[in-house]
Amino acid sequence: MSNLQWKVVTILVVFVIFFSVGVYPLIALRYNVHQPSWLVDKALKLGLDLKGGVHLVLRVQTEDALRLVTDQESERLREELKNKGITPTKIETPDATHIRVEGVPPAQDAVFRQVANEITTNFERGSGAGGAYTFTMRPNIQVNLKDEAVVQARQTIERRVNELGVTEPSIAQQGDNGDQILVQLPGVTDVERAKEIIRSTGLLELKIVEQGPAPTKEALMTNNKVPDGMDIVPGAAGGATADAGTVYYLVKKVAAVSGQDLRNARVSVDENNRPAVSFTLSNEGGRKFGKVSGENIGRQLAIILDGRVQSAPTLESRITTEGRITGSFTQDEVQNLSLILRSGALPATLTYLQERTIGPTLGADSIRSGVLASIVGLLLVVSFMLVYYRLSGVNAVVALVFNLIILLGLMAYVGAVMTLPGIAGFVLTMGIGVDSNVLIFERIKEELEAQRGVRASINAGFGRVFWTLVDTHIAALISCAFLFQFGTGPIRGFAVTLFIGLISNLFTSIFVSKTLFEMALANRHQVATLSI
Amino acid sequence: MHIFKHTNIDFLRWRWHAIAVSWVIILAGIATIATKGIPKGVEFAGGTVVIEGFDKPVSVQQVREALDRNYPGGGQNTVVQSYGEPAANMVMIRVPQVGSESGASLSTEAQKVEEALNKGNLPPHHRQGAEIVGATVGRELTSRGIWATVLSLFGILAYLAFRFQFSFGVGAVIATIHDLLITLAFLAFFRYDMSLNVIAAILTMTGYSTNDTIVIFDRIRENLRVMRRDSMNHIINVSVNQTLGRTVITSGTALLTALALFFFGGEVLHGFAFTMVVGIITGTYSSVFIAAAIVSLWRGDAPTRAAAHAHVMASAAPAPQQPQRKQKPQRKARAS
Repeated sequence: MSNLQWKVVTILVVFVIFFSVGVYPLIALRYNVHQPSWLVDKALKLGLDLKGGVHLVLRVQTEDALRLVTDQESERLREELKNKGITPTKIETPDATHIRVEGVPPAQDAVFRQVANEITTNFERGSGAGGAYTFTMRPNIQVNLKDEAVVQARQTIERRVNELGVTEPSIAQQGDNGDQILVQLPGVTDVERAKEIIRSTGLLELKIVEQGPAPTKEALMTNNKVPDGMDIVPGAAGGATADAGTVYYLVKKVAAVSGQDLRNARVSVDENNRPAVSFTLSNEGGRKFGKVSGENIGRQLAIILDGRVQSAPTLESRITTEGRITGSFTQDEVQNLSLILRSGALPATLTYLQERTIGPTLGADSIRSGVLASIVGLLLVVSFMLVYYRLSGVNAVVALVFNLIILLGLMAYVGAVMTLPGIAGFVLTMGIGVDSNVLIFERIKEELEAQRGVRASINAGFGRVFWTLVDTHIAALISCAFLFQFGTGPIRGFAVTLFIGLISNLFTSIFVSKTLFEMALANRHQVATLSI
Repeated sequence: MHIFKHTNIDFLRWRWHAIAVSWVIILAGIATIATKGIPKGVEFAGGTVVIEGFDKPVSVQQVREALDRNYPGGGQNTVVQSYGEPAANMVMIRVPQVGSESGASLSTEAQKVEEALNKGNLPPHHRQGAEIVGATVGRELTSRGIWATVLSLFGILAYLAFRFQFSFGVGAVIATIHDLLITLAFLAFFRYDMSLNVIAAILTMTGYSTNDTIVIFDRIRENLRVMRRDSMNHIINVSVNQTLGRTVITSGTALLTALALFFFGGEVLHGFAFTMVVGIITGTYSSVFIAAAIVSLWRGDAPTRAAAHAHVMASAAPAPQQPQRKQKPQRKARAS
């Protein structure tokens, strides 16, 4: 085969590949034509702004994860010091990353240091002048804990979203500090439920009640202070009706058993046939719980969910792995609650920063106007090229259509998502894409005017403009890369569309267009004129 | 067919006029921004936008009255606009507040708006879409948008300085900054909301508006080698004239598609399309009048032999074309 034939074959192969990946599935889906499933899977996906759905941005309050560790270590320190008979006047956690110990008796200083070194491994110990120590969490530990909290939160959200049964959700970390989570749920209409389920901490804690219930917080305080190592937790009085008022319980700060020891949770009913959630603890959790419940028979056990006592039944026997959460729940609430418990607790509180809802009608409108703009844009560009460059215009139009087909095909192949700004990028690609042809054609005209032959002019046109095109494309790609880095969601869709459009344009405007000229001139020996 | 066949316009003669005109527009833009501010979209300012679809036609006035009467705070600072095609009966309502900066209550303000409409004796309505943004998101976006623009300008400067000469890179980047300022000025004149889409258009424009400039610079570079005895200013003028046709046509086709987006692309893309239209026009203008003028101001009107020679040594890129050119002295004659 000749050189030209090879080029034509290459172009046809590229065309067939990209057409079948990028365009054919869209046509087949539109007109319900049967097609192999591997092609359907590859079909270009629509973004949330075209399909409809919810777009949420949440921030993980990473401080919470630090506070948890600080609380735990200070409680372990307290226990261990008690065992060793050391009694500082005060052990407290003034903020999320510090433990403050005051009034260590001078005689016990050496023992204290030894105990502290064993227990507070994640902390830097201060000087200890006057028997007062400040422990500061090590910076690298802080960073690790924060990163872990965000990753865990993301995984928990993923599990919850999967349980919700959303198809093709997208969950990703983002933001300057990496502490934001972007959740995209296509096709979800019950926004409020989705939001509530995602955000619920779902932290289950079982704690022995030290004192209570009491009608006010103050009744549980000693000297107007919450006793060391204790917490006051609110709960509903009676547990039966929501309006019975709030009561308070004094409980240990550190939970006997928490949601991490949970193996399963499911919807059930209590003895009065009201909706409830039954849970099963893991073996490890069951062992811990058995010990605590066995030692505290006759006392109340507070079942605390997200910082609120749901019920506080009296322990009548030793319990190991099975438990039940009762309260004034509706059927929907227990369903959500069991889902949340199954998916695990969030390591930190989440707050919503942004919420965007696109109804299916708005999405359909956007598609319609996007398609209309594309058609109008294409018609305008095509008519201009045909009028201004005549037969060579046909060449440019073929190259342009090719460019668009490769663009759609590549987007589908790399799994890029078509968004509304992406459609704008598609339309602009038409107008910007023919620029390359214009530059080449204008150069050819110039060469023709300089009395060079048609073939020589075409060669010179393509040759001289080649580096100009590389320069203009690279400059555009540079800004495109920063656009991608800047944007999220729809804007990334736009940047990707533009990027792929620019790359494929280099191929079509140079290789395809030149081959088309060569084909047109192949069978003519003496070429005197060129329609341009 | 030909437009601008063999023009011979002395573009550099008009450079001070052009720079003056640009300054007037930019200063007017700055004055507008200083007095009225840049209108910020909800993504940047924070706030609540609700798009409600009504079962029967309603006027914006009716919706506004319902908000005045029933919305806490009496609908002050609320924006009510009809949205999309008139047949769809959609109304966009924007209030500056969000339920709270954080937490599950972010969307309570949207519910309050809907409650106010419910009480307002209006036809039944359904939420078609909503956008609720806390203030922190906007702050982060603003700084990221500015960084992306600045870095992309530096990227282009570095690339052009590497491919051409430093003065060319400076010319192109100043022309792009010029386009940026003019576009911002027009956005301020026409009170378009600064939104993510508009930022995307601005960044696209910084990439695209250098295209025409590169084409002209390429021709200047080429002519520097051929027209060795001519002054720099003469070469610049010849080059701009030679490429004038393609500069206008390439921008023209891009403009056609941007206009298609502006008129048919729908509500969401309006600001985007407007930015592109302005950006394309000013990009063409600055390529012709500003970019090359900066190069001439930067390096002066000195004889070009040394500079051209230095460049041929530095860049061997279009080498295959070199011998042909030397056999064709008539090209030079035609060009000058």
